[in-house]
This record gives sequence, C-alpha cells and structure tokens, in this order.
Amino acid sequence: MKSPKFGIVVYPGSNCDHDAYYAVKKQLGFDADFLWHKEKDLKNSDVIILPGGFSYGDYLRTGAVARFSPIMDKVFNFAETGGIVIGICNGFQILLESNLLPGCMIQNETLKFICRDVYLKVETKSSIFSSDIKKDILRIPVAHGEGNYYADENTLSELNANSQILFRYSSETGDTGKLFNPNGSLENIAGILNKRGNILGMMPHPERACDNSLRNTDGESIFYSVVKSLIIKRELNVR
Amino acid sequence: MYKVTVIVRRRPSILDPQGKAAEQGAKHLGFMNVSGTRIGKYIEFNVDTKNHEEAEKEIKLYCEKLLTNPIMEDYSYTISQVI
Repeated sequence: MKSPKFGIVVYPGSNCDHDAYYAVKKQLGFDADFLWHKEKDLKNSDVIILPGGFSYGDYLRTGAVARFSPIMDKVFNFAETGGIVIGICNGFQILLESNLLPGCMIQNETLKFICRDVYLKVETKSSIFSSDIKKDILRIPVAHGEGNYYADENTLSELNANSQILFRYSSETGDTGKLFNPNGSLENIAGILNKRGNILGMMPHPERACDNSLRNTDGESIFYSVVKSLIIKRELNVR
Repeated sequence: MYKVTVIVRRRPSILDPQGKAAEQGAKHLGFMNVSGTRIGKYIEFNVDTKNHEEAEKEIKLYCEKLLTNPIMEDYSYTISQVI
C-alpha cells in the first residue's frame, strides 16, 4: 500500500520544519514533502503539518501574518473537507489565528521562554490523533515563549463537553494541578482538537520525540495514530 | 489621504504578563503609587481613499482582520486628513 504523505508547510521563520520531516520520513518511514508557503499546491498530501518556529518573526502576534500566506486557502479547503491538519507550537498559534481552532495564545505567565520536557496527560484516545497511543502520560519537549492558552468561558466549557482537549500538562503520574502548568494555560491545556476532530493544535513538539538515540520516542504514537486512521479510511473507501 | 493612528489594548479580562512584569520593575524602582500597568500597541499608517467614509471602512477591516485579534484585543483609532 502507498505510504501516507505528510506535507510540511514552510513559512519564513519556520525552524522545526526539518525536525518534522526527519521524524516522519527518516524515523517513521512515511512519505513527506515540504510545501513552501507561497505555493498553492498541497502536492497530494494526506496530512498537513504546520511546524514550529517563528513565522514572520512572530511580529504583530504569533501566527498572525502566516495565517494570510498564499498556501493557507488550500489548507483551509483541505481542513474543511475533513483533511488532517496538525499544528505544532507556532503551527498551533497559526491555527488559532486562522480560527481553525478556538481561543488564543498569550505570553507565558512567567515571560520566560521555556525549553524542556513536560508530561502530558492524554485525555482521550478516541481521536484520530491518539487512537494508537498506548501510554496514559507522554513525555514531550516544549519550546515556546507564548504558549499560554486562553479562551472565554463558553468556549472552554464547549471544549470540555465535546472532548476537544486532547493533552493537558501534568505530572509524571497524571496530576494536572497548577504546579505542573509550565506557562499559565487555562486548565493546563497543551493540545486541542476542532469540533470535527480532524485538526490538532499542540504546543509540545512530538517530532522531537521520535528518535531512539534521543532516548524518547513518546511522540511517535501521535503520528502512528494519524496513519492508522488514514489506512482505516482508505480500506473503507476501497470496499 | 488620511493619517491613522491605532491603539490596541488587551481586553481587561485577559492577563497581561508584560504589564505585570513592567509593574514589578516599577516597584523595584520605588514607584509605589503605580498600579494597573497594561501594555498595548500603537500603530500608525496612511490610507488613500476618495473620502472619509471609505477610509473608515478600510481602517476597520484592517484592524479587525489583521492588526488585532478580536478574541483578546480591542482597538480605537484617530483619523486626520493630510494633504
């Protein structure tokens, strides 16, 4: 069977595009290609990754300018028709600015740029991004200065009611108390889904946790989950 | 042509870590009477339209689509004609 293809969008200032490519293609063995933000072709990608970095230097607001890159119209169409989109770190910020995901991102409470491993409690395994995650808690690195997720009360209760909160910052044993919140995010939110469940935004970097030589492969299961869901979808289409 | 200045403010309900940090600095400096520091943005640009009404329309669109994120920010602007 043909390998699912990951399309990784490259904005000026992206710096985790190669990490994502390396993880998906070299480590996990799936097809992957870069998509320059000025292009208007998704090159038959099955999954779109908006990578981490500092698109447009984070000027104005994080992700605010990247949201208007020429390729984004194609990404919006792709997402609207159920295409799988993963926004990591700056990619998450771009998804928020695009209104593909609800809420917004402000500076970390401490104003510090945080770069370290965090633990994430996996809140649901019935999403296409988590169906193949075996563990209940993942260890994944974060690297951001603006990861403080905010949404109004209505949005927040909707996220909870629809099981759209996929990851929360936690302790190694899954305690989601304030003590384990690195950036001030509401309800320790680290990653959310859209209502339909085909778009994921997360601040931690799963692509940086896919290589055994780094002694952490907890990120793999997110990509494997996505591929599994694509294969199931294909089999259903064949029948 | 019109000259426009925009002030962008973070909504009162939204935390402002920068303002908080600046105020901490103020206390260290001995400004004990200062409170409620909030940091926003000042933006200026020109708009070249046929009339005032069109200019206002374009300013509002620019502010709402790009210059601010309505989820967390409010804005106000002033507009003046230049020759």
